[in-house]
Amino acid sequence: MDDTSFTQQRYLKKRRRHKQTVSISRGLILIGFIALWEITTRLGILNSFIFSSPGRIIKTFISMVKDKSIFLHIGVTLYETLLSFALVVVIGVLAAVLLWLSKKLSEILEPYWVVLNSLPKSALAPVLIVWLGATTKTIIVAGISVAIFGTIISLHTSFQEVEPDKMKLIYTLGGNKMDVLLKVILPGTVPTIISTMKVNIGLCLVGVIIGEFLAARNGLGYLIIYGSQVFKMDWVLMSIVILCVIAMGLYKLINLLEKLYLKRI
Amino acid sequence: MQPLLELKNIGLAYHSMNGETLALSNISFSVEDGEFIAIVGPSGCGKSTLLSLISGLLSPESGSIRLRGQPIQNTSTNIGYMLQKDHLFEWRSVYSNVMLGLEIQKKITEKSMDFVNNMLKTYELEKFRKSKPSELSGGMRQRAALVRTLALEPDLLLLDEPFSALDYQTRLTVCDDISSIIKEEKKTAILVTHDLAEAISTADRVVVLSKRPGTVKKIIPIEFDIPYKTPMNTRNAPEFRDYFNIIWKELNENG
Repeated sequence: MDDTSFTQQRYLKKRRRHKQTVSISRGLILIGFIALWEITTRLGILNSFIFSSPGRIIKTFISMVKDKSIFLHIGVTLYETLLSFALVVVIGVLAAVLLWLSKKLSEILEPYWVVLNSLPKSALAPVLIVWLGATTKTIIVAGISVAIFGTIISLHTSFQEVEPDKMKLIYTLGGNKMDVLLKVILPGTVPTIISTMKVNIGLCLVGVIIGEFLAARNGLGYLIIYGSQVFKMDWVLMSIVILCVIAMGLYKLINLLEKLYLKRI
Repeated sequence: MQPLLELKNIGLAYHSMNGETLALSNISFSVEDGEFIAIVGPSGCGKSTLLSLISGLLSPESGSIRLRGQPIQNTSTNIGYMLQKDHLFEWRSVYSNVMLGLEIQKKITEKSMDFVNNMLKTYELEKFRKSKPSELSGGMRQRAALVRTLALEPDLLLLDEPFSALDYQTRLTVCDDISSIIKEEKKTAILVTHDLAEAISTADRVVVLSKRPGTVKKIIPIEFDIPYKTPMNTRNAPEFRDYFNIIWKELNENG
């Protein structure tokens, strides 16, 4: 059966070609970058002691896989990131709900959120170490501190943007403020909650790495700072490559969550 | 017999930092069981505010509202309210949207479910119970919203320009549709509208409000000498134009 017209076929072909060009170009940039890096270090144009090289990174990675130390570092960083992320989501939603419930409270606290949100969170890290010690606790709090204030502000804003008539509907059906919260505000803002999650997972990773720079014995942040101190640039660059992969993976995870949600409704 | 709803000397002002604006003043009228009342008036005259008062969402600053002789705060009389837009929730299926009121009032019983299922069947929404609201046409959405309101078996229905968000063609059909459903279910209804034709074609009496502050200018009983009184038929009746002119004149007298 052939019920697509010639122009439609031409359109589809054009779209396909466009997609192919995009993905091939993406691949070429990556391969070109890696090849350039490898070749220049081999020819001695770049010093591989300082710049490392794809080959050296892979070698380092394999040897660390063999002594299993790499799993510890990746595991620790992932655990800390996911834990602080989960706490950000829970605390963020609860705080935003509280602010929504009390307009007075939200007005009173508003300037404090603004200050805390624009404060560079890395400035807090040394303070956290003094207060909480060089422990996992510090790192997780650092992860939370980077993401939490923005989360509360954007969730609270989206709660306030829910159409007043939708809330009026609940009241006309005999509901109270709790019904408005559970039947309109929360289910209606799930898309916003997911999109702030997308931003947050990356921010938590940033916070955790800052924390690990200062207060860790394990983790990729620790590996980076330690590697740079003892001039093992292979460790540093390998950790950065792994962080790229982790950041990508976590983002895809939230994307998957979003797709599942969209499918369910 | 006692009227279903009685408003006496209702007054209300809006308050803002710039001062107060009198929205409604000295409004009195009553509604009998089974009546269909339309309220018309220039925009901003407080028509919708009046419905919020009757439903108890707002309290009047002066005067009294009584339902079957009782103040609205402690009455067992059920009031259904239909808003301008249907506000069906996209994250719920049509069925679960329709059940929203029963869910909130914790009245989901076998009997109430049967009642809703029957309405869905009668009003041709049965096939779409599992659909998302966005898959429904404008008219079907408005019918679903009506079923959601009727599910709570209200004694009095308040309709706040429920057709104004629809395009003209749909609007005529849905108006026909909804008003015949209301007549079938023998409900008492108050319709707020700025569309005179809609008011005349649906109502038993039309209440004309003045410009802000809204007061009752005139209450006009509408009677048609035709056998099947549906909004579509009344629009073609000879009396229609006379009523239109009377109300039009009322609205434009002294602004």
